[in-house]
Amino acid sequence: MSDVSWPLWEVFVRARRGLSHTHVGSLRAPDAAMALRNARDLYTRRQEGVSIWVVPAAGITASSPDEKDAFFEPAADKVYRHPTFYQVPDGVAHL
Amino acid sequence: MGHNCKIDGVEGVQVFRGVVLQVLAWGWCGCNTYLVYGNDFPGPDGGLLGEVEAAEAALRDAAERGLAGAAGRQGADEATLRDYFTAVIEADQKIEPRDWMPEAYRKTLIRQIAQHAHSEIIGMQPEGNWITRAPSLKRKAILLAKVQDEAGHGLYLYAAAETLGVSRDELVQMLLEGRQKYSSIFNYPTLTWADVGAIGWLVDGAAIVNQVPLCRCSYGPYARAMIRICKEESFHQRQGYEILHTLSHGTPAQKAMAQDAIDRWWYPSLAMFGPPDTASTHSEQSMAWKIKRFSNDELRQRFVDMCVQQAEILGLTLPDPDLRWNEQRQAYDYTQPDYDELMRVIKGDGPCNRQRIEHRRRAHREGAWVREAAAAYAAKDRVRQEAAA
Ligand SMILES: [Fe+2]
Ligand SMILES: [Fe+2]
Repeated sequence: MSDVSWPLWEVFVRARRGLSHTHVGSLRAPDAAMALRNARDLYTRRQEGVSIWVVPAAGITASSPDEKDAFFEPAADKVYRHPTFYQVPDGVAHL
Repeated sequence: MGHNCKIDGVEGVQVFRGVVLQVLAWGWCGCNTYLVYGNDFPGPDGGLLGEVEAAEAALRDAAERGLAGAAGRQGADEATLRDYFTAVIEADQKIEPRDWMPEAYRKTLIRQIAQHAHSEIIGMQPEGNWITRAPSLKRKAILLAKVQDEAGHGLYLYAAAETLGVSRDELVQMLLEGRQKYSSIFNYPTLTWADVGAIGWLVDGAAIVNQVPLCRCSYGPYARAMIRICKEESFHQRQGYEILHTLSHGTPAQKAMAQDAIDRWWYPSLAMFGPPDTASTHSEQSMAWKIKRFSNDELRQRFVDMCVQQAEILGLTLPDPDLRWNEQRQAYDYTQPDYDELMRVIKGDGPCNRQRIEHRRRAHREGAWVREAAAAYAAKDRVRQEAAA
């Protein structure tokens, strides 16, 4: 077989030390080592990163945007998770 | 996160190899992403790159606004889904891969993104033709980096198209079999070194004018790919302009060579914006979907208006005796390109159509053993890892 379809990989790049890896795009490659090399050539030609992760797209479990409301609803009514929820009496310092 | 650390380690070992060329190409300009990106070829409205950045900011803003009463739920009927789709587009938000979308929207995007990707891939050939004959090591390194960028653009775009449910292999096959088109401009030959300059200045220049509005396209993956591409394109245009500037300030023979290149590339570049608005078929729907934001003629005019002053500084002439400023329109009047020629070239009858597609087929064929070897190695490695586990 001359045209074996290569798996899809998602590419994450850390732009600088101290920042988290961010999704930059995807690519096709036969294995992880080649995916890393291709990711370097494709997404960091201008020193856009100091570190790359490649993740097989098939290994990612995604929450579908279709289910958006219900899936993220539990967080909606818990405003007490934010510091702004609380009233701070006048004159309190360092809180 | 032991797994992640391992990936970091592997990456560290592999990174240095490809850097050599880039240091060659960028050594004199600071080697810094911000410097490379942050300094654009000036356009009429404060710089095209400024517009790319504005599009990027708008993308972030729109994402933050959110849509009140999101109703894209599973199980909703088609009318509800369609209303939601329309609302997202009207709010200048992005449609994302797993959102519901009309079939025609999906098909239009697949066709447009695929043709765009094919153009980047075929577009490597005219300039690739001069890599071995570039006049200096510096020019050669720059041209290599430029052509490599075009390969990258093709791959970003294939990846964007794949999010719409078509595979890259299918798209590659359609190009090889001539079932999908690429930009007609790449069917013209590069006869002299000055053509490399003219392509960078005019062809990449026209591409940028075409592509900057696509940074605001309603389909998220396409818009994001275009933002990345446009940032890289400005280097392409500048390096071309610099080649022409050097030639036009060289010997009379060099200047004549530069003029000849512009004479040949000017009208085909104008034709890159497509048929005139009066003859353009599927513009209206694309406008409504916010895939397209300006008409062919609007973009063409914008390109002409930018080029006039740039040609003056080169000391070269645009080959149009009727080119003149129109005070009333606040724009240049110019001669239209030959649209019959454009149609002939699109239909396959340009100077290099056969050569371009045959070259691509051969490259694909001759690369087959590499793809096979890589797949065989990956399979062997998998077995080995399973045995060790
Ligand atoms: Fe490009
Ligand atoms: Fe380009």
